[in-house]
Amino acid sequence: MSTDVISLPATRGPEAGTVMLSVNGQQRELRLEPRVSLLDALREHLGLTGSKKGCDQGTCGACTVWVDGRRMLACLTLAVTCEGREVTTIEGLSSDGELHPMQAAFVDRDAFQCGYCTPGQIMSAVALLEEGRAADDAEIAEWMSGNICRCAAYPNIRAAIRDVRDAAGGER
Amino acid sequence: MRPLSYARADDASAAIALVAAHPEGAFLAGGTTEIDLTRQDVLRPELLVDINHLPLDGVEDLPDGGLRIGALARMSDVARAPAVTERFPMISQALVLGASAQLRNMASMGGNLCQRVRCGYFRDVTSPCNKRDPGSGCGALDGFHRGHAILGVSDQCIATHPSDVAVALVALDAVVHIRGPGGQRAIGIDDFFLLPGDTPDREHPLDHGELITAIEVPALPTARRSVYLKFRDRQSYEFALASVAAAIRVEDGTVTGARLALGGVGTKPWRARRAEAALFGQPASEDSFAEAAREELTQATPRQQNAFKVELARRVIVRALNTLMDGEAR
Repeated sequence: MSTDVISLPATRGPEAGTVMLSVNGQQRELRLEPRVSLLDALREHLGLTGSKKGCDQGTCGACTVWVDGRRMLACLTLAVTCEGREVTTIEGLSSDGELHPMQAAFVDRDAFQCGYCTPGQIMSAVALLEEGRAADDAEIAEWMSGNICRCAAYPNIRAAIRDVRDAAGGER
Repeated sequence: MRPLSYARADDASAAIALVAAHPEGAFLAGGTTEIDLTRQDVLRPELLVDINHLPLDGVEDLPDGGLRIGALARMSDVARAPAVTERFPMISQALVLGASAQLRNMASMGGNLCQRVRCGYFRDVTSPCNKRDPGSGCGALDGFHRGHAILGVSDQCIATHPSDVAVALVALDAVVHIRGPGGQRAIGIDDFFLLPGDTPDREHPLDHGELITAIEVPALPTARRSVYLKFRDRQSYEFALASVAAAIRVEDGTVTGARLALGGVGTKPWRARRAEAALFGQPASEDSFAEAAREELTQATPRQQNAFKVELARRVIVRALNTLMDGEAR
């Protein structure tokens, strides 16, 4: 294999350049350095401060968003790698001012205290039901373990998830 | 994080050529280790080549009953692939017991094998660490080492290999397929992980620009009833203090084959060959299991804070084999 016959992909950065992101169904054009995380792009560049920066090292889950419909950690994702993918944040969950059923269930069940982990909890919880991993409390606890709540609202978070699961006619 | 450049590769040849051409270039897959450690200044790539769009994410059956797992298949997708859950449950169990749902959606199988140790001294750039900064010393030897290794250690490094799924893959004699500037090669997975010895900075035999393309798991009918057991300080989202991947073949009450590998206790995913040999031809009884486990751990080198792992590892081996035998009885 010789390198002279391979066309090398274009290199971008380290200075800022144009990055096109699709966030909550909207195309957004940003000027970003390649090192900027998806979390910082959302919070600092797009003003979408729902996703929270807890640990910034992939431990706490407060930054959980969906990329192409799968729950992921925005702090360990470089924004530039999300070009061509669909990013969904907590701000994109409600529609026309109507809370998503999981948001309503969190309110109804008082599933938070300080609220800092809540956007990540909710993004994870909706994905959890999509994944079909909410059969019982033990399974919910296991598959929500990537979202840490230092106020320990876990029983109420599980109750909210159960409510939405049961209202949807059992596990999907 | 230091400034860095980025490129997105559409084919493997281009990705390999680009990384090979740049001394501080690196492949970027799921990024769950790489972005974290780059932010911590432990890794200092100047160019990240995004390989997430390469078509290396399949899980395919091999004609002989084995599996070919693409290097970019995500942990979550491999864990629920029917071929894995049916024929190699220890792989699926090890994957699901690792990390969190979000991280499993991100992390690739090739990246999992290349993940770095969680030793606090490795992660802290102000501490001595022979792995991060060769010759600087080891903070763990006389420091905090409760979670560190008791098998395969050296006087340079005692960091535990963190992967769960690699333990199952080592038990199954998987083969790591690699492509680089010079062509392709394949390495048995036990040889893919290097003991620290005097060069703890060298964790696997990959040369610069070499890319894992696939992991092949050879057929093993016994693995249909295999287990991965993991013991840790928390019930979820935590690394192992001790874990075991186990499969056993018993005929007329006698052990005629066993696969055992340990996690959480070795500087590499630890194939328990002494225990396997000790089991062969013995009655499938708890006494035999305990003797085999004792035999494996005779080579342990515990330190003050992690001495408990010797007995824990023994018990984990016995528990796994008993679990498999309970399944047999039903």
